[in-house]
Amino acid sequence: MTIAATWNTADTLWVLLGAALVLFMTPGLALFYGGMVRSKNVLSIMMNSFIAISVITVLFVAVGGSLIFDTDLGGGLLGGLHLAGLSGLSQALPGLSWVAADPMAVMVFQMMFAIITAALISGGTADRIKFPAFVALIIFWFLLVYVPLAHWVFSPNGWLAHLGVLDFAGGTVVEINSGFSTLAVVLVLGKRRGWPGEAMAPHSVPLSLLGAGILWFGWFGFNAGSSLGVNHVAVVAFTNTQLAAATGLLGWVIFEKFKEKYPTTLGAASGAVAGMVAITPCAGFVSPLAALGIGLAAGLLCAVAVRVKFRFRYDDSLDVLGVHGVGGLLGMVTLGLLATKSVNPAGGEGLLVGGGLHLFSVELLAAVVTAVFAFTVTYLIAKTLDLTMGLRVSQEDEYTGLDLSEHAESAYSHGGSGRIG
Amino acid sequence: MKLIVAVVKPFVVAKVKQALHEAGVLGMTVSEAHGYGRQGGHTEVYRGGEYEVDFVPKARIEIMVSDERTDELVSLIVETARTGNIGDGKVWVLPLATTVRVRTGERGVDAL
Repeated sequence: MTIAATWNTADTLWVLLGAALVLFMTPGLALFYGGMVRSKNVLSIMMNSFIAISVITVLFVAVGGSLIFDTDLGGGLLGGLHLAGLSGLSQALPGLSWVAADPMAVMVFQMMFAIITAALISGGTADRIKFPAFVALIIFWFLLVYVPLAHWVFSPNGWLAHLGVLDFAGGTVVEINSGFSTLAVVLVLGKRRGWPGEAMAPHSVPLSLLGAGILWFGWFGFNAGSSLGVNHVAVVAFTNTQLAAATGLLGWVIFEKFKEKYPTTLGAASGAVAGMVAITPCAGFVSPLAALGIGLAAGLLCAVAVRVKFRFRYDDSLDVLGVHGVGGLLGMVTLGLLATKSVNPAGGEGLLVGGGLHLFSVELLAAVVTAVFAFTVTYLIAKTLDLTMGLRVSQEDEYTGLDLSEHAESAYSHGGSGRIG
Repeated sequence: MKLIVAVVKPFVVAKVKQALHEAGVLGMTVSEAHGYGRQGGHTEVYRGGEYEVDFVPKARIEIMVSDERTDELVSLIVETARTGNIGDGKVWVLPLATTVRVRTGERGVDAL
């Protein structure tokens, strides 16, 4: 193997730094989710995030990364296997010859996106999915849902990318995908016993706030890193991330204050996340002023969206659809409206910027295709797993809590009793 | 001997302890308790989901006293713990068969 010395060191460093930041989002998500479940299920949901790190890493290296980024096999549907095992990375990834960062850094960076997207699903399945079933679910989901979608959008050879779809950091592949995949799983899985009548209040909101803070921090890598180089677009994406998070928080809290009288801390954390979800596809394509508006709209809209489940009675326990699905859709729509080449010449011009209908319509198409594809295929996977290995824990285990039933642990031990044996 | 049990608002515990200490009561047991009376519970809101919390946090104070001081100390606790608002709690008194100080083996009033 010859080591190519042509890669730009600063760009490579930027992408590696981004990869580390995005990885850190997954333990952050574990805390964010962990605080929102009851104390008997906190380890179980955190374990779902941690196991996703390992499982998706192995799958991505083995075949996933190659199927996403290798030369297209035809029709823009799937890549080949020349990059399996992270081999063949001495030259630029197909279609990404403009990227000056080391291709292996780009692959590792992209690996982290797949990890957190898989982990996001656990927010819907909380409190009732068998641990082995969750592992099986994310294995099949990664290969059959995430990999094709990522090829379609993230690889320049994908069919959606070919149509001119813009998605800076994964409004489709990460956000809409996780939201609608989660909806499919929870429809197969069913509601938690007792929901929505019984109180299932968060056991530690401070834990969720810390998690939200880590997500916020990591999101700079997620969005700004997606420029794949140290340049003005990276700076814009970084700035827009902060702006949308800030106004997302405001939007959610304002909604609560006027709708329910009390602005809540969990609402503040959720609003910041919603703002960053919506800005994800837009980060490197819209102006800072637009980012402020997109964040605010996301905070308001997602605060409404998380209430929908009570009306339609699907138990998306921690609102993956309401925050990531809806926030992602909003991001894609606003990108079609507000993208401007004055920020990024490689981007596009939205409907309201005088770019005409083209960008708006392909953004809408990509959003709908992602939602429908993710929902349909994930539903089939979940149904198959439910009929074969079974998705749910027993009634007794659900009552006892998954920390004990799935992992033989308790999160909060008061010490003293028991002995080794 | 009597056992005085008082279930009061948690924030008055320090005040009650101080008052009892000044009245010469040399020990007490305090535990966290949850319950409801006429006050009922309260509502919490998380992401638009409203949760009725039926049991309100309270502090449970237990002291052992001699028969002759019982009424005086009950009154002291009641006056100290009272805020005048709903949810101030309750005080009750039980007869106490015996007490033993573990260190010395003393029994009865000597062990108070």
